[in-house]
Amino acid sequence: MRLLALAVTTLALLASPSHAAETRSFEDIAAKARGQTVDWNAWAGDPQTNAFITWVGAEVERRYGVKVNHVKLTDTAEAVTRVVAERAAGRNEGGGVDLIWINGPNFLAMKSQGLLYGPVTQALPNFRFVDTERRPSSIVDFTVPVEGYAVPWRVAQIVYVYDSARTDPKTLPRSIPAMLEWAKANPGRLTHPNGRNFLGATFLKQALYELAPDPSMLQKPATDGAFGLATAQLWTWYNVLRPYLWREGRSFPETGPAQRQLLADGEIDFAVSFDPAEAAVSINSGLLPDTARVMTLEKGTIGNTSFVAIPYNAADREGAMVVANFLLEPATQARAQDPKQMGSFTVLDLDKLSPDERRLFDHPPEAKGLPTNAELGNSLPEPHPSWMTRITEEWERLMNR
Amino acid sequence: MWLRLAPALTLALLLGPIGLGFAWTVLPAFGHMPSIGAVGPTLDPWRTLFVTSGFIDTLRVTVTAGLTATCLSLVLAAGFCAIAAGSRTFSRLSRLVAPLLATPHSAIALGFAFLVLPSGWIVRAISPELTGWTRPPVGLVTIGDTAGLSLVGGLLLKEVPYLVLMIIGASAQVPVAATLAVSRALGHRGLSAWVKAVLPQIYPQIRLPLYAVLAFSLSVVDVAIILGPSQPPPLGVLATRWFSDYDLSRYPPAAAAAVLQLIVVIAAIGLWRVAEIPIAALGRSWAEGGSRGFASALLIRLAGIAALLAGGLGLAAILGMVVWSLALVWRFPDAWPSALGLATWQAQAGIVAPALANTIIIGAAATVLAILLVLACLENEVRRGRRPGGAALWLLFLPLLAPQIAFLFGVQVTLVRVGLDGTLFAVIWSHLVFVLPYVFLSLADPFRALDPRLPATAAALGADPIRVFVTIKLPLLLRPLLIAAAVGFAVSVGQYLATLFPGAGRISTLTTDAVTLASGADRRIIGVYAALQAALPLLAYVAALGAPAFLYRHRRALRP
Repeated sequence: MRLLALAVTTLALLASPSHAAETRSFEDIAAKARGQTVDWNAWAGDPQTNAFITWVGAEVERRYGVKVNHVKLTDTAEAVTRVVAERAAGRNEGGGVDLIWINGPNFLAMKSQGLLYGPVTQALPNFRFVDTERRPSSIVDFTVPVEGYAVPWRVAQIVYVYDSARTDPKTLPRSIPAMLEWAKANPGRLTHPNGRNFLGATFLKQALYELAPDPSMLQKPATDGAFGLATAQLWTWYNVLRPYLWREGRSFPETGPAQRQLLADGEIDFAVSFDPAEAAVSINSGLLPDTARVMTLEKGTIGNTSFVAIPYNAADREGAMVVANFLLEPATQARAQDPKQMGSFTVLDLDKLSPDERRLFDHPPEAKGLPTNAELGNSLPEPHPSWMTRITEEWERLMNR
Repeated sequence: MWLRLAPALTLALLLGPIGLGFAWTVLPAFGHMPSIGAVGPTLDPWRTLFVTSGFIDTLRVTVTAGLTATCLSLVLAAGFCAIAAGSRTFSRLSRLVAPLLATPHSAIALGFAFLVLPSGWIVRAISPELTGWTRPPVGLVTIGDTAGLSLVGGLLLKEVPYLVLMIIGASAQVPVAATLAVSRALGHRGLSAWVKAVLPQIYPQIRLPLYAVLAFSLSVVDVAIILGPSQPPPLGVLATRWFSDYDLSRYPPAAAAAVLQLIVVIAAIGLWRVAEIPIAALGRSWAEGGSRGFASALLIRLAGIAALLAGGLGLAAILGMVVWSLALVWRFPDAWPSALGLATWQAQAGIVAPALANTIIIGAAATVLAILLVLACLENEVRRGRRPGGAALWLLFLPLLAPQIAFLFGVQVTLVRVGLDGTLFAVIWSHLVFVLPYVFLSLADPFRALDPRLPATAAALGADPIRVFVTIKLPLLLRPLLIAAAVGFAVSVGQYLATLFPGAGRISTLTTDAVTLASGADRRIIGVYAALQAALPLLAYVAALGAPAFLYRHRRALRP
């Protein structure tokens, strides 16, 4: 964090780019966008999302004459780096990153450094369908107000995926303390993605939510004092748990999909995921057997929203806005929710749609492994991004000890 | 006239990026990077690097894995060649090195990972029948171990065949049969005779390739990402990770790590060079001692068999990836997929196409440029009657000896300044730097070995030098030209960092995508990428071998 602060101060010394809300009409934007190629920087570890982005590219090219080039990332921070590097090199116009799939610490870093173009949501006609009341995470990302600088496109909530043919759901832990007891009884059959990976940090964050003396302190930035107080229980819990993890907690799958592969291979018994449709999607693509299911915890699990945002210097910002607007179209969102496509739950408020549009979102009867809203349970708010950053740092320290 | 500039131009194209890139790595390593407001000199980046938790382990695994991989590769390759010198079966088997050499490191590493995982192909093949395992065993760590053994294993699969090829190539310059005959007449057995009498003659010729193997093993990034320990990672991976951090303050320590990587490589090569002297002395006294060496024959045989095993694992690694690309469902502990089909290929066709096209365009462009430059250099050399000295050869080898991480970040900084980052042009140039040395090495000998009487006759008949070059030399050189092109293309297909940095991540190839996917995507899709990675260079080789046979089907003397 101190390093990040240093970087922010360093940047503050450099010329700060000017900001202006997008005031053009969408027709003007779409007209300007024609012929542009949008370099969409998006994490590429999930083939179905990659295929969905390819489909989006084909559609916006057909309808708006805008091409999409999926810049495949292993970590969203790479895109942030690129924008920061361009700013450092003085390239305030014609930047190479047009659109970023982003949230959490990366969004906070870009927004607080003035690296985002906008506000833009008011210029997008489809933004009016977005559920901003029942799902506040579409306008407040990890306690940080989005203020129109990013466009929501998919929602996420922590679930745990397991194979019901191999593991009786009744034997699985439904709380964080119970998880420790379960691991002691089943050594080597539980893991989580690397703590540097957002899903790995998420696993710890969920544990923190139940183990912190007062979860409401997580809504404020993590100061030294608050962090020590709130996480003391978490590290005690984790240090006891660690030797019972896969490979005795000495190494971890790098990403969520790597962890899912371990579940598919039978190395572990359940796997944390941020996608409620993880089981359904994986069944569909043959990655997990038909008997894969998801479970959540008794007291609820953390949920959030994924966004796309446009860097301040994006060369093809009009094209990027066209893509962002297309992502919010009811038909696009319905396709995204179909487990055969991407299986990511919608950000739209179905009550704001016409009956015909709403029908697009009906679960196909043959969809296996998809939880109902009741099964998903409570969606808990994300802690301030500083918690995640600090959890990652502390976890790395723990690993290197 | 222009021809005279060819060597200078070639070296400039090669050394320019290395020099500039290295400068822009060293300066930030000492805290000088004005664009982020850092004006050195300061040793802070080094302090940050040294106090990074796990730094000692990083250094340890880098050095031990690199040295172990190189030593073992040499021993295994020498053992294999010793046996092959007296065995027709073994020398036939050495033809199998082609697919292993052609396949990029990352593809082999991906396949190797699947072979040796606790849930991998080897365990699947014997489970549950022999092991009783219906689930993968708990506690067995075969990939990403902290000692770097899996990294060493993965490197061996590529380095052993490479050194075998280098030794076979060098054997042509050495009177192997005569030496062996004399040794046998003196009562030595074939195997130890080869090690005692032939290897010392060959070693000086494979020294440079061997140093390249050493430098590569110490600084490899893509294979280490796939097979190496991740926490703490080897030095090259650490530097790459920091370079791609959004936190600007990580740049200077990343640069320091990159410079340290270079120091490690230089020190290791120096150490190796020094160690050659006592080892040579020991070897000499062993050879002169006149022992008939039953024990050593056994050891050589073991090394040769281990080399065969490495080759077999390498081929199985490629095969495993091809099978995965065709698998629909393949669950543990099934030894073979329960359903096969083309669904993954069909689903990926559209997605893989841009990376495939980039790979082919970049590979073809870099190869063609390299061949033009090398031909110009060689033709100039012949016309002026001067061969480049040893220094020039070392310069040519520099891109293969210098760790990529030590200059590619600086290259990216330079490219951003001139606005060329993320362009095909930049990526092609950076590939050229690594393709050209290999093209030169495979083309130089055939070009110099051309029978001088043929061009002389043509010139005597009144043909000007250009006509002689086009109508006499090029047709005669078709086969080596095509093979050099195939080698160059294969090198280009395998480039990871050389694509990642100059491409600013915006230009993806099969290899960059495959390494990205390696972090855990669907194995069937990884299979498609790895299979394509292996297939492209292999097709190039097949074309290189097949085209002359077809084109010269009516000219018996030109047929291979």
